[in-house]
Amino acid sequence: MMQFMLLFSRQGKLRLQKWYVAHPDKLKKKITRELITTVLARKPKMCSFLEWKDVKVVYKRYASLYFCCAMEQEDNELLTLELIHRYVELLDKYFGSVCELDIIFNFEKAYFILDELVLGGELQETSKKNVLKAIAAQDLLQEVSSQDNELV
Amino acid sequence: MAYPMYEVDWSVLPPEQNRRFNPAFNIATIKQVVNEAIERVRMQTPTRLRDLIRQIRAARTAAEERSVVNKECAYIRSTFREEDSVWRCRNIAKLLYIHMLGYPAHFGQLECLKLIASTRFTDKRVGYLGAMLLLDERQDVHLLITNCLKNDLNSNTQFVVGLALCTLGAIASPEMARDLASEVERLIKSPNAYIKKKAALCAFRIIRRVPDLMEMFLPATRSLLTEKNHGVLITGVTLITEMCENSPDTLNHFKKIVPNLVRILKNLILAGYSPEHDVSGVSDPFLQVKILRLLRILGKNDAEASEAMNDILAQVATNTETSKNVGNTILYETVLSIMDIKSESSLRVLAVNILGRFLLNNDKNIRYVALNTLLRTVHVDTSAVQRHRTTILECLKDPDVSIRRRAMELSFALINSQNIRAMMKELLSFLERSDAEFKAHCSSAMVLAAERHAPSSRWHLDTLFQVLLKAGNYLRDDTVSNTIQIVSSAPSERQAYAAMRLWTSLERSATAADATERQPLIQVAAWTIGEYGDMLVSEASNSISMVDDDGVDDFTRPSEEYVIDIYQKLLWSTQLSITTKEYLLLSLAKLSTRFTTQPSQDKIRVIIDTFGSHIHIELQQRGVELSQLYKQYAHLRPALLERMPAMETNVVREDNDEELATNTQTHEQPAHEQDALLDLIIGSEPLSNGDVEHQPQVTTNNNSNTNDILDLLSGLDLSSSTPVSVSNNNVSTAPSLLLDGLFSPAAATPQETVVKALDRGGVSVQLVVCGGDGSATLTMKASSHHHNTITDFLFQAAVPRTFRLDMMSPSGTVLTPQGEITQVLKITNPSKTPLRLRIRVSYTIDGNPILEQAEVNSFPPDLFN
Repeated sequence: MMQFMLLFSRQGKLRLQKWYVAHPDKLKKKITRELITTVLARKPKMCSFLEWKDVKVVYKRYASLYFCCAMEQEDNELLTLELIHRYVELLDKYFGSVCELDIIFNFEKAYFILDELVLGGELQETSKKNVLKAIAAQDLLQEVSSQDNELV
Repeated sequence: MAYPMYEVDWSVLPPEQNRRFNPAFNIATIKQVVNEAIERVRMQTPTRLRDLIRQIRAARTAAEERSVVNKECAYIRSTFREEDSVWRCRNIAKLLYIHMLGYPAHFGQLECLKLIASTRFTDKRVGYLGAMLLLDERQDVHLLITNCLKNDLNSNTQFVVGLALCTLGAIASPEMARDLASEVERLIKSPNAYIKKKAALCAFRIIRRVPDLMEMFLPATRSLLTEKNHGVLITGVTLITEMCENSPDTLNHFKKIVPNLVRILKNLILAGYSPEHDVSGVSDPFLQVKILRLLRILGKNDAEASEAMNDILAQVATNTETSKNVGNTILYETVLSIMDIKSESSLRVLAVNILGRFLLNNDKNIRYVALNTLLRTVHVDTSAVQRHRTTILECLKDPDVSIRRRAMELSFALINSQNIRAMMKELLSFLERSDAEFKAHCSSAMVLAAERHAPSSRWHLDTLFQVLLKAGNYLRDDTVSNTIQIVSSAPSERQAYAAMRLWTSLERSATAADATERQPLIQVAAWTIGEYGDMLVSEASNSISMVDDDGVDDFTRPSEEYVIDIYQKLLWSTQLSITTKEYLLLSLAKLSTRFTTQPSQDKIRVIIDTFGSHIHIELQQRGVELSQLYKQYAHLRPALLERMPAMETNVVREDNDEELATNTQTHEQPAHEQDALLDLIIGSEPLSNGDVEHQPQVTTNNNSNTNDILDLLSGLDLSSSTPVSVSNNNVSTAPSLLLDGLFSPAAATPQETVVKALDRGGVSVQLVVCGGDGSATLTMKASSHHHNTITDFLFQAAVPRTFRLDMMSPSGTVLTPQGEITQVLKITNPSKTPLRLRIRVSYTIDGNPILEQAEVNSFPPDLFN
């Protein structure tokens, strides 16, 4: 099971955080800070896995953005890389060649997509098409329900 | 009185709260009203999320960013106060962004709930997002959200149900899980795949939080595997996996689904290209991996189930395309399954070969998982893994810390008596250049391996010294005492060799001024030179070969005075720890009876005398005590500082450095001399670990316990014919420690009582109690009647406040069927009231965590007297 997922930039700025375990805010911040520093300190040629405290951190860099998942010991690390890649593909399809700015300005959309892919730390849908269909349908529902209230 | 007529009305309030008379209050009120009015006018056009993000990103300094955020937060707070429902959604979205930047946003929690309660989908979507980000399960608002969730789980819109399930899955607390489990169970049976898969994962989370709730989900779960939809299949497999790991009964219940799983997997492999689930030519790797993992759990220790999955595993292992990461993902999972179940031997060969290929792969990630998997399988099939030894040792030099760590652990698993020399050489050089985080673990593992497989005692000593040298201060405490023990029990020629070898290191550290980084080495060196210093400086040392493996002999025999100069240098150093200095000081005192020349004797005396005024109380006391041995009690000195007899190594148990029971020689002296000695020794503080056998100290007979022990021991004919004394400064605890070491389970002695503390669920816990004079020592002994091994055993105890409880580290956490775990508890009770003890025992058996509690009151009433 995934314990949490973090997206952060090369400068160490947090772009997205999704927690599937209950921690107090203070601890979350501490973990985030420490993990970002540790991952950023690793050289590009090193492997994508990091045994960190009691979790196994799997991370991958896409352009300027690091995608970083904390998994439990018995999870398949290579599969986690595929999961990260799947999420990136979905973001890419949704935004159309996604870049860091898309995720900054539409962070809520990035969360919505993640929530259609992963639930409670486990993968819920293996078809890209189904995820995008669900997101599109909800976006439509949102427009219908709130024409007078554009969110952003 | 300016306003007498108001006095009666307001007299119920204290004057400072009587705001009516405060003119300033009125002005403040007016100001506040005006400000709020201005705010309200501004509120007409709340900043858009996009604009806020722009503003924040435009800030050039942290202070500027903070001011933008603070302003916006103040504004958002005011809209919340206003109960502005039109813009609430936008304001929460902004707050979530601010929260991500690390600013506090808890004041938005209730507003999220209001959004969730709204009927508009936009509000709900953002509200649930906020709830997932801002609430965690500690919050009181959970009661409120449980109601919202209950409503939405019954909604007609599938996406509203979906949002509620997603939120429940992310933040379910045990209470929420209990309250909403039945709703989730109903939704698993929904015909809608979109809801079904989410409900299945919610059930998975609920069971994680509250395992008791599993039962109710069982009927709905089995049918999940008959679905076509991959989302439902994968979530179903995840749920079943969790259930199987949860209880052995459920595991048996699901054994019958093995054929279904095999069929699903077969279909995935054989079915042609399906664009929807294809990843680089592999059909739904996510689902394949989940199924493989469940098969592994079902096939473990079950020949029949294993038989049923042999073929499909072979098929997956041979047919999977390996040019891409995704293929290797599946192979990795397959290998794990093959190794875990009772698979055919040909299949195991295939799996090990796959790992061999992985080890040579260019991709670091693949190499990492190969090492990881080899580590997990090394206990099953060591010889297969041995074949890859050179590759594994090569990985010790990898620049990547993750790979190095795996390689190190694997190397230790591969050590045996045949390859120990070569392996240790590699590991020593690894230890030398490794990061601080590795050193502690690596050095203790090396000490253990050396102890287990040492080909010769000289090699063993050499290796230990190398470890001491290279691990520096990262060495665990017990290594020092273990090494000293090995030296002490070695033949005399070896002891001289040890003294010479350690002298070289000591001298080098002292002159290079890096002794502070190698304190354990200095401690062992000080002890050894103190004991065997006469051999170091004598002619006899010439006959001992000091040529090392590289053919170098770097030993030059020092003069007595030079040895003392080095000691002085170290003792004068400000950076060495007190413990190290204690070792050095006692060692120096010992040298006074080993060395013969007058100038060296004088030097020793001068150094010892200076410690009589040392700033640290413990060192000062030793200084004063030892100088007494030059004055009033000079005649005692040679006998007191005699060489230690060999320590018994077999009484020392691993991981239990507290109980270093030693067996030292008593100097047969008249009783009145012992009384005199008492003044020197009694009252010195308890020493830290490993210090106890520093000096043969004789405890005398004013303490009845000790006396009894002495009688008891001298009555028993121990292997050595010499009488025995207690070399422990902590007199009150000495009896049980000694006994503990000498007699294994429980010795029947007058002072000891065995109290049965717990006997439940096949695990019994006994307390061997022994006490007196305001303190007691309890030895906890846990044993098991189960056929299976118990892991994660943890014993906890609590005493009333007037007592003081010190718990030593346990002998282990794994309880084998015939095994035993012991743990020493020391209780101090100055008031001598009867002892009450509450204990809690937790452990895992067959994957189930068990917790037992009990209160123990049946201690002897006169325990502390």
